[in-house]
Amino acid sequence: MMLKLAALLVFAWMAPAFSQTVVVDGSSTVYPITEAVAEEFQKEFRGKYKVTVGTKGTGGGFKRFCRGETDVQNASRPILKVEIDACKKIDLKFIELPIAYDATVVVVNPKNDWLKDITVDELKKIWEPSAQGKVTKWNQVNPKWPDQAFKLFGAGSDSGTFDYFTEAIVGKAKASRGDYTASEDDNTLVQGVSQEKNAIGYLPMAYYLGNKDKLKAVGIIRNDKKGKALPSVLPSRETVENGTYAPLSRPIFIYVSQKSLSKPEVKEYTNYFLKTAPTLVPSVQYVPLPPKAYDLAKKNLDSGKLGTVFEGHSEVGLKIEDLLKKETKN
Amino acid sequence: MFQAQASRLTKESMGEVDIARNLKWRRMKNFMFSVVGLLTLLFAICTLLALFIDLALTGVPRISAEFFTSFPSRFPEKAGILSAWVGSLAVMVVTAFVAIPIGVAAGIYLEEYAPKNFFTKIIELNIINLAGVPSITFGLMALGLFVYKLKFGQSILTAGMTLGLLVLPIVIVTTREAIRTIPNSIREASYGLGASHWQTIQHHVLPYSSGGILTGVIISLSRAIGETAPLITIGALTFIAFLPTAPVSEVFPYVSFQWLSDAFTVMPIQMFNWVSRPQKEFHVNAAATGTVLLIMTLLMNGVAIFIRYRFRRRMKW
Repeated sequence: MMLKLAALLVFAWMAPAFSQTVVVDGSSTVYPITEAVAEEFQKEFRGKYKVTVGTKGTGGGFKRFCRGETDVQNASRPILKVEIDACKKIDLKFIELPIAYDATVVVVNPKNDWLKDITVDELKKIWEPSAQGKVTKWNQVNPKWPDQAFKLFGAGSDSGTFDYFTEAIVGKAKASRGDYTASEDDNTLVQGVSQEKNAIGYLPMAYYLGNKDKLKAVGIIRNDKKGKALPSVLPSRETVENGTYAPLSRPIFIYVSQKSLSKPEVKEYTNYFLKTAPTLVPSVQYVPLPPKAYDLAKKNLDSGKLGTVFEGHSEVGLKIEDLLKKETKN
Repeated sequence: MFQAQASRLTKESMGEVDIARNLKWRRMKNFMFSVVGLLTLLFAICTLLALFIDLALTGVPRISAEFFTSFPSRFPEKAGILSAWVGSLAVMVVTAFVAIPIGVAAGIYLEEYAPKNFFTKIIELNIINLAGVPSITFGLMALGLFVYKLKFGQSILTAGMTLGLLVLPIVIVTTREAIRTIPNSIREASYGLGASHWQTIQHHVLPYSSGGILTGVIISLSRAIGETAPLITIGALTFIAFLPTAPVSEVFPYVSFQWLSDAFTVMPIQMFNWVSRPQKEFHVNAAATGTVLLIMTLLMNGVAIFIRYRFRRRMKW
């Protein structure tokens, strides 16, 4: 009797799952888009395919991805050299697909009535590592600004926003001063900047759009190739899409494991992602890529274009179509 | 002589005044301390109440039947906590199955069987220490042992066992305390009638202390249901729009344990996810989830108090 029961239990345990699951993990910046796609995908293929989405962060997600634990990786920055090497170790090949734009917005307190725009050089003066403990007052950055101490708020070092902002502004990923209020939770930064009159910080665009009443966005002035200052640009869907909100807008990605692509649920999911992205991305307040870019991405997926077009670091200011056509490495 | 008497008299009366003053001062101190105590208590309760009321005011209007029967969604007004509360429930079942048998058995052993020696003392000390270990440490242990070594994956089984181990010390300590309240005369009476050690435990010690043990179990489960850190460490997921496999099915073999190895999310994680979103509508959802979680915890603690009260009334030595 006991033996029979035990056999039954073992059999019950071994009973196969009735539906296949796509395992997704990675960036919390990409998460809202993935959530929307996963929601619709599971409605479309009800009972047949399932999707689970985690938010371990871009770095934490890549660790799992390069151990072969996940099928799809959400990334708010391109794969890094160390991560490429980790993937190589288990012979994991992947396809890199840009799926939307994300912009980083420089914000100040709404009571700040004198800072309307800021140049990339001024941002660098504030945020570069050598500024730590030395540059603490507005007028040290620009003599026209008041003689008051500023208070800095920025992304924590585990976030893709931090990697990109430092790369775009300071010129080297992860190179930043350390004496600022850092948080992985962007709502903490929103609170901080909205309560401190002399605050300046940076955060993902979605958090600025959700808190427009508490924050003021600062226009960005960059130099063209000849070193001449271009007009100030405020972040918006248009300026991100047409590439003028530079250098603080960037594409965000999903990475799909080549091995997983042989599974029908992962293939369907990836196709569905690219097909629905033009409508789903704006519905969660992100900026979609131009339609042509999605076609190119689909072409890359169908032809199985493996590897990354980035050489282990972010490219600042490249057009998305050029990125997609670029030769991949690794 | 008269003078001496007079001075003695004044001295005596002086002493009386001193005592009276002293007594007054002591009463005053007594009173002051009770006021300070009351203020501290009020401060703690007011803080808790303010938090709860603030949470409830934001969250309660959002709570509806659909909130419990819908999956998370990108539309905050359509999103619900179905997968989260089912996940919490499933994890709690595993936690109870791990923590109760091991915890109660360990408590009985330590209280009734263990010899009083150095080895037992070390075990006791370790249990007390374990109760104070930060929960994230249990998460790291589970990630290394359950997820990677034993390959249970990021499943309900892993989560339940992790939380089971986390609350195990609480169950052991409360079991021991419950057993200790049983007068030795009961045991001696049982032995006197010829019962063996185990028979005494089975028929007397355990039934009489079950009120206290149950209270401890419920309180430990109400702690486990709110735990987040160890589950995030083992990689609990954020977006799950499906339920674990049903434990019963219409086809042979009728029962299924597939759900143990399914992916899951729990209420605190769902709440954490919504809190960190940029849109305020999601923050309302988080408040609603928090309210549900708090009410569940309060209910569980209420049941614990009720059980303790009933057992105390029934037991008369």
